[in-house]
Amino acid sequence: MPAEIAIQTHGPRSARAEFFDGVRRGIPIVVASSPFSLLFGALAVDNGLSAFDALFMSMTIFGGASQMVGIELFGHSIAPWLIVLSVFAVNFRHVLYSAAIGRHFSHWSIWRQAFAYFLLTDPQFAEAETRAQREKIPAIWYFGMGVFIYICWNVATLIGALFGKLIPNPYALGLDFLLPIYFLGIVMGFRKRPMWLPIVLVSGVASIAAYKFVGSPWHVSLGALAGISLALIVPPSAQKAKP
Amino acid sequence: MNHMTWVIIAAAVATYLTRVGGHLVLSQFQTIHPRVEAALNAVPAAVLATLVAPSLLSAGPRELAALVISGAVALRGGLMSMFIAGAAVLVILRNFT
Repeated sequence: MPAEIAIQTHGPRSARAEFFDGVRRGIPIVVASSPFSLLFGALAVDNGLSAFDALFMSMTIFGGASQMVGIELFGHSIAPWLIVLSVFAVNFRHVLYSAAIGRHFSHWSIWRQAFAYFLLTDPQFAEAETRAQREKIPAIWYFGMGVFIYICWNVATLIGALFGKLIPNPYALGLDFLLPIYFLGIVMGFRKRPMWLPIVLVSGVASIAAYKFVGSPWHVSLGALAGISLALIVPPSAQKAKP
Repeated sequence: MNHMTWVIIAAAVATYLTRVGGHLVLSQFQTIHPRVEAALNAVPAAVLATLVAPSLLSAGPRELAALVISGAVALRGGLMSMFIAGAAVLVILRNFT
C-alpha cells in the first residue's frame, strides 16, 4: 500500500507528530465506544450505584462489557467473589492480547510496559497489532491513543451517570449496534494475515455455538480458542500471507 | 470507602491480571515455536470475530444491511469510512423504514 511505503521512506516522525497521530487513530474508537460508556454511566446509576462508583469503575476497570456485567450483578446482591470472577471471565480474552502484543513492547522500560498493559483494550490492541506488523510501535504513539481513549471513556461515563436520563432514543441513534460495526471494521483490517478467512469463520461459528450452548461471556474465549487452535494445527509452512 | 468500592478494586486488579497475564506467561520462554507464533498472529482475527458473530443472532434486516455495507466499504476504504457508512445506513434504516 502506498501510504505504508511513504511512512517508511520518510523515516521516523517527531514525537509530537506520533502523539497526535495516536490521538487521531483514537477518534473513531471514541466515537464507537462513547455511546457505550454513556449508557454504562446511566445504567449504573439506574442500578443503584453512585455517580462516583460508576466513574470509579470506568477509571479502574476500563473495559466496557465487564463493567456492564458488574453493575448487573451489583443489583442482585451476589457474593463479591462471584462478581470479581465474572468480571475476570468477561475480560479473559485480554490474556490472549497481552500474549500476542507483548512481543512488541519489549523495547520499552518496565514502567511503560506496565502502563501499556493497563490501556490494552480491544481497539487499542487491534491498532497496536496493525502497526506492529510493519514497524516497531513508538511508545508515544501508543500512549497518545490510549490516554486519549481513557480520558474520553471516563468523561462519557460521568456524563451518562449525571445526565443519563436525558438520552432521547438510543435505538433510533443506533447506539446499541455501533460496536459490532466497529469490531467488524477491525476484523476486516487484518484480512491480509495468513489464514484470515478460515480463522474468522471458525471463530465466528464456534462463538455463536458457544453463545447458544454455553452462554456469555464464555463464547468469546471458546470461539477465539477454536480459531487460534486452527492456526496452531495447520503447519506454519502452509500458512502463507496474501501479498 | 464502602463495600462496593472494594469489590470494584478487586475487579480492577483481576482485569489488570488478564491484561498483563498472557505476556507474563509467555515471557518465561526463551524461544517461541513457529506454531505458537502463528497462533499468536491469529489472535486479533480470532478474538475480534467472536465480538461480532453473536450480534448476527440478534440482528434484523436493518442491522444486517449496516454490517454488509460497512464490510464492503472496508474492502476499499479505511476504518473511519467503513464505520461512518455502517452507522449512517443503520440510523437511516431505523428512522425511515
